[in-house]
Amino acid sequence: MSTIRFDNVWKEYGDHIVLERITLDVESRAFIALVGPSGCGKTTFLRMLLGEEGPTRGQILVDGEPLKPEPDADRGVVFQRYSVFPHLTVLQNVLLGRELQHSKFIGQLFGAARRQAVDEAMALLAEVGLSGHESKYPAALSGGMQQRLALAQAIMRGPKILLLDEPFGALDPGIRADIHVLMRRLWNETELTVVMVTHDLSEAFRLATRVIAFERSRNRPEERERYGATISRDLEIFPRRIAAAR
Amino acid sequence: MRLMNLKPGRQARFLLAGLPFALLAIAYFVGSSVRLAENPNDKLLPALSSMAEAVKHMAFETDVRTGSILMLSDTLASLGRLLAALAISTSAALVLGIVIGLLPGANALLAPFVGVASMVPPLALLPILFIVMGLGENSKVALIVIGTLPCIIRDLTMRVLELPREQLIKAQTLGASTWQVALRVVLPQILPRLIDSLRLQLGPAWLFLIAAEAIASDAGLGYRIFLVRRYLAMDVIIPYVIWITFLAFLMDAGLRLLQRRLFPWFASVRAE
Repeated sequence: MSTIRFDNVWKEYGDHIVLERITLDVESRAFIALVGPSGCGKTTFLRMLLGEEGPTRGQILVDGEPLKPEPDADRGVVFQRYSVFPHLTVLQNVLLGRELQHSKFIGQLFGAARRQAVDEAMALLAEVGLSGHESKYPAALSGGMQQRLALAQAIMRGPKILLLDEPFGALDPGIRADIHVLMRRLWNETELTVVMVTHDLSEAFRLATRVIAFERSRNRPEERERYGATISRDLEIFPRRIAAAR
Repeated sequence: MRLMNLKPGRQARFLLAGLPFALLAIAYFVGSSVRLAENPNDKLLPALSSMAEAVKHMAFETDVRTGSILMLSDTLASLGRLLAALAISTSAALVLGIVIGLLPGANALLAPFVGVASMVPPLALLPILFIVMGLGENSKVALIVIGTLPCIIRDLTMRVLELPREQLIKAQTLGASTWQVALRVVLPQILPRLIDSLRLQLGPAWLFLIAAEAIASDAGLGYRIFLVRRYLAMDVIIPYVIWITFLAFLMDAGLRLLQRRLFPWFASVRAE
């Protein structure tokens, strides 16, 4: 449950301008889909929001405060690949966030604290449809199940903002439809503000409350370096979608 | 059918694996019997019977002068040095590899130094070690550590840097501190790779052990074969070399088994 504000943000790598004049207000509990051709800076935008990279100019505010310059527990993330830890079982993956939160030194919980966390994790796993797979390693799961696990793992820690980097891009259409239903439900049941990067327009319009397109306004070869992509479309979905009241 | 598509079955694979060993043994014994027929006192290629005699003397009879079974005491002395050195190497490399791989500051500070240090020929340092640390156990253990440590550190550093960026970011979004990332994300994923690295370093470790023992020692497998070299005692040297090879092979197989048992998830990660 957080508002995000991009205030005239530019991102440059040396002479190469990737993004320019990005000004954007995202209201709390919105579900934003970022679309655009590849190489238009969608992922760079998400990396800035993660705190992995800072903007070259302008600033990013979350709830009115400048964004911390490194990733933290306020912002959960699901990537297309490598989002879960291969050396942990399904249950351990979901538990990890809670263990890191409450056990600063050894990162492990024991006794009653652990039992309580396990109960919570099991409930969450049931919700994302992974009951019965608790003791498997991620490699034994299908791509769709791995992404469900990654969602559960991110949500367990209770982030305010959830960032999705083409999370369902590698999945079959049928599995993708299922996981869309899950994603919609999670968005309604939690207090998340969601920002999703996707190259699938139908996915963007099916899930989001607002679809934002990035595009390079100038695309001649001699202009490519010196002009970055910017927001070319900003569409509110109609009829308006609003997250379920809590 | 193309040669590249011909896959031997289980039994054929077993026979094929045994073939080079059998060929080597046949070549040896043919050469040995030819030479012994010409000169029964030939020492260069001793017959199986004289090697068995030597092994019986070395491994199953108490040595009159020292009062111990020589092959056993040699083995224990060598293994003690080797294992002590490898324990130091792997534990130091584990810490340093993770630190250099995970912390950009430590990388800037230490990676070039380790890179240069790994280029120093360890045997060239052996005289220095003998001068500084004396001829005792320490200098031999130190040689093996110096010989293996930089390579393991470099290898582990690379393995840490190879971990997907996404995993490290994800851990941070779950609230992990640097320490927690190292402990819960990096360390458990580096341990099976440490075993790989250690397996590759077993060869150099034995090399440095034998070299150090050959130069200054009063017990050990390397000491013994270089001692009996003076008497052209091939009937002792050959069984000792086979025994050393067997010990090294056993360590390698043990480490591989350990890796499979302790890290069942690792096989599929490596296959990717």
